[in-house]
Amino acid sequence: MENLLPIAIGILFACGCYLCMRRNIVRVLLGIMLFSQAANLLIFAGAGLSTGTPPIIPGDATTLTGAYADPLPQALVLTAIVIGFAVLAFAIALVLRAWHKTGSDDLDTFHKSDT
Amino acid sequence: MPADSPLIALPLVLPIFAVGVLLCLRKAGEATRHALNILTCTAMLVVSVFLYAQVSEHGVLVLRTGSWPAPFGITLVADLLSAVMVLVTAVIGLGVAVYAAGSGTGKFRGYFTPLFQALLMGVNGSFLTGDLFNLYVWFEVMLMSSFVLVALPGGRPQLEAAVKYLTLNFIASAFFLVGLGVLYGMLGTLNMADLAVKLAPLGESDLVLSSAVLFLVAFGIKAGVFPFYFWLPSSYHVTPTPVAAVFAGLLTKVGVYACIRVFTLVYAGHQEFLASLLLPIGVLTMITGVFGAASQFYIPRILSFHIISQIGYMIVGLGFFTRGALAATVFYIVHHILVKANLFLIGGIIGHRTGSQTLKKTGGLYKKAPWLALLFLIPAMSLGGIPPLSGFFAKFALVREGLALGQWTVIAACLAVGLLTLYSMVKIWNEAFWKDAPAGEKQPDRPMPLMMMAPAIALAACTVMFGIFPGFFMDVALRAADQLINPAGYIEAVLQTTTPAR
Repeated sequence: MENLLPIAIGILFACGCYLCMRRNIVRVLLGIMLFSQAANLLIFAGAGLSTGTPPIIPGDATTLTGAYADPLPQALVLTAIVIGFAVLAFAIALVLRAWHKTGSDDLDTFHKSDT
Repeated sequence: MPADSPLIALPLVLPIFAVGVLLCLRKAGEATRHALNILTCTAMLVVSVFLYAQVSEHGVLVLRTGSWPAPFGITLVADLLSAVMVLVTAVIGLGVAVYAAGSGTGKFRGYFTPLFQALLMGVNGSFLTGDLFNLYVWFEVMLMSSFVLVALPGGRPQLEAAVKYLTLNFIASAFFLVGLGVLYGMLGTLNMADLAVKLAPLGESDLVLSSAVLFLVAFGIKAGVFPFYFWLPSSYHVTPTPVAAVFAGLLTKVGVYACIRVFTLVYAGHQEFLASLLLPIGVLTMITGVFGAASQFYIPRILSFHIISQIGYMIVGLGFFTRGALAATVFYIVHHILVKANLFLIGGIIGHRTGSQTLKKTGGLYKKAPWLALLFLIPAMSLGGIPPLSGFFAKFALVREGLALGQWTVIAACLAVGLLTLYSMVKIWNEAFWKDAPAGEKQPDRPMPLMMMAPAIALAACTVMFGIFPGFFMDVALRAADQLINPAGYIEAVLQTTTPAR
């Protein structure tokens, strides 16, 4: 798993980069989506992966002993996912409005503001 | 052990309450909302003056939210740099709030004031947090409200600009997250003071340097440095004047602040490597920005390109990494925020008066409104670095430090860019004030309301004050730089332990 995830993250970043450089605005949207998901996965994987080691203190102990999964990256990733989701929802609405206004999904036609 | 200081939370609590109340006041008139907006900004100014006085007297203040001790909980920290930035934010916030009440914000359908307060909350949060992930969250608070502020007027230019602005800033946030992930994976902490302690013994390993570069890219996109600045001149100029002024004054400077904070605190041991990146980036930012401005004829667009070129000076100041250069950078940031926001406001007044901010359509203002001409001249000359205004002392301190370090190329670029900045300002002066009004153009010659003039006059007065008492302000900047160059005090205050000075 620890060997597979970096490869998956790399592929996600590559796909995100490729899509971000397209002229079609929907592809760019998908690109930044993949890009942010790859970043989330990287935080998750970067902090180390383990199975079957819950961070729960046993009833008769006062501290955690032995190996346990770090719960913090999951909290971080959750926050990042929520924020990314909100921004993406806004971005989709924005792109829809922009498409209605410009009548085009080609970013090369987005130069009305460059005067 | 110093007690928690609840005062630090007030610059964040006030705006969030205001956002809630302002959203409930959707049905009340525009005037009520603007009055409440101004009231909140005034309260914020009072609070930030108190905060500055406290920090100035007692040193670094901390607030452990939820009483969780650092590094486990999120710690809010106010050192002198943070306190100064919060104070300037409050000044700009109040000025723009008054201007917005004068100019009207009908295009925003009643949502301007809550979004404005949310933006200020995000900016204050970024300045006050001592936790790297929390910084990311405040960035997003700030960006989200700024996305809506760009897009809400809903014309084609605004929507196009918002798409570009959103895409690049979203990618910057992803870079920030990757940097965070790498650091957390290595060190298992996100508290900046704790990171600084744990990163110091690691040396120049590949992961440390790559995380530093990831942060440089993330903050660089937000600060608008070369080669990441393309979103800035294609989005700021389409926004209405109050939004453009607050963006120009504050948003890019949050990126610069983040650079200063992270690179002087967390990466304190890697300054040689960072300087090798920051100095060329700073110089190229200066040069590309100023040449971009030279070819423009629309006032907000000229000013947008000048933001970029001025950011270059701040990056260069950071790149020197000496006490004097950091003090010059702090002085430069404060000077720049006041001057740049003011120039956007005055550009708005010119547009209001003559009906257009395109230089080909303006003219004859010197005859019709000599006071406006004088008002423009103060921040414009200050931006160009003419003594005895604030910009001169900012540039002087930077150049003197550069000479002491023997950075001749950088100094030559600083001076040449200063000259070209002056050229741009003279161009606006010639076209808007000096030449006759173009034949065939009907200028509406609307009266200039006091609510629009007062903030511009007050900010110009601040600029003149900086010029009259540079010693006092430079002294504050030097004390802020002392805290930055020797972060032991900051780390000690946050972690509440005695760490050996590095």
